[in-house]
Amino acid sequence: MVKAVGLIVTFDPEVMQVSGRSLAIAATSCSITALICLPLGSLIHFSSFRGKRLLINIVQTLYSIPTVAVGLFVFVLFSRAGPLGGLDIMFTPTVMVIGQIFLVTPVMLGLTISALQGVDKSISETALSLGASRIQAAVLTLKHARYAVLTSVIMGFGRAVSEVGLALMVGGNIKGFTRTLTTAISLESSKGDIELSLALGMILILIALVINLSLNRLQQR
Amino acid sequence: MKKLFSILAIFSLLVIALLPGCTTASGSDPLKPQERLQIATTTSLYDTGLWGYLEPMFEEKYDVEVDVLYAGTGIAIEYGKRGDVDVITVHSKSRELAYVEEGYGVERVPFAYNYFLIVGPESDPAGIKDMTPEDAFKKLLESGAGTFVSRGDDSGTHSKEKAIWAGAGYEYTDVQGAGDWYVEGGKGMGPTLLMASEMEGYTLTDMGTFLSYKGDIDLVPIVDEGSILLNVYSVIAGNPETNSGISAEMAQNMVDFLVSDEIQELIGEYGVEVYGMQLFTPCTGNEPTS
Repeated sequence: MVKAVGLIVTFDPEVMQVSGRSLAIAATSCSITALICLPLGSLIHFSSFRGKRLLINIVQTLYSIPTVAVGLFVFVLFSRAGPLGGLDIMFTPTVMVIGQIFLVTPVMLGLTISALQGVDKSISETALSLGASRIQAAVLTLKHARYAVLTSVIMGFGRAVSEVGLALMVGGNIKGFTRTLTTAISLESSKGDIELSLALGMILILIALVINLSLNRLQQR
Repeated sequence: MKKLFSILAIFSLLVIALLPGCTTASGSDPLKPQERLQIATTTSLYDTGLWGYLEPMFEEKYDVEVDVLYAGTGIAIEYGKRGDVDVITVHSKSRELAYVEEGYGVERVPFAYNYFLIVGPESDPAGIKDMTPEDAFKKLLESGAGTFVSRGDDSGTHSKEKAIWAGAGYEYTDVQGAGDWYVEGGKGMGPTLLMASEMEGYTLTDMGTFLSYKGDIDLVPIVDEGSILLNVYSVIAGNPETNSGISAEMAQNMVDFLVSDEIQELIGEYGVEVYGMQLFTPCTGNEPTS
């Protein structure tokens, strides 16, 4: 335990590198996912079409798809032997980001839609009747739902930064290149280095805490 | 909401811009895309630290980033077939020959060897000390008196284990169903040794990994004589004709590197100072048969 704290306090280079990578990959994938899901979620919420109910149900079912299953799917897709193999990104951080986008989209999309559903319809109806464009009405509703929408982003980040299955399968846990906090914990604990694993675990929790606090402060302004 | 959006957008752009930055080796030309060589290795070459030792030397010599994937012969061969790695270093002769035969690899090049051994608790509950490997396995199965932790992961070591069971006259499926004493760990060599130590059971291991883990485990050599225990490691470069994305030239550099006189000598010396004996014996052009 002492050694674990020591590794953190002395900024052990490998621990720092691995932490930075986890953070960067999860942050990138979540930012991109948010940019996709907030508009997409609004679009789905405000439209009515056949199968809307079904679509939302499918999205919600995908919340808890095992990360290793997503990993397997992404591996088969981007492996050099696979359909998108020409991109040559297997075992790089890039494919990990793409994989996490697949992983996090259902969560962010579904929770954004739920967030919007929670806003009183009269808000958007009034805006429209006052001459607002559809986009302006949508943005207004998003504003009213901002706390719940922020929650969806935080949940998405949580899922991304804490997953192992996908990172292992498509990243390959390569030291100095695709090793993240979670895959490092997996490797180090299986090799018996419990102290290092504990240090990494503590950092993971710390990161989640910091992100949560900062996003909450943003929302409060 | 607009603020959050713009923050997210800027943030993602920043991170995307920075990500490539953390993948270039320090000091190399930032405009030149970093060449990478991907190697899938059997876990014993990794757990002994041999790859950690050789990797920087190769990277420096050829100005390339080497990505070593901790795999296991079975997965390594699969990655190789898919062209997801450029080189594989494994230890399962029959599968290696098939791999080259089927056109996935250029040539099977043995570069080092050591021996497998059966290790177990000092108390030797199944009483198999100093028997031949086949007899020891026979006794383990018939008495069920000791736990045996199998790699269970289709690795080179696992193949050898299966070969010993076959040599003792058993069908592997019968072994798998023989009882709770037979544990399939599904782990690499180092982690398997730790598990066997934890469970006070026996396992089959290569000498190199056993030596490098000795301080962390309570297992001792139980059976270490038998011609079936020979363990030869080979390096195979991927065949660019089958998988066009392979860095064929750099892959060949890796093969040449491993069999070069200088590196062969270093491989032979690896670990001697720390463990008092060789972890690997170099064997270029000189593959032992027993």
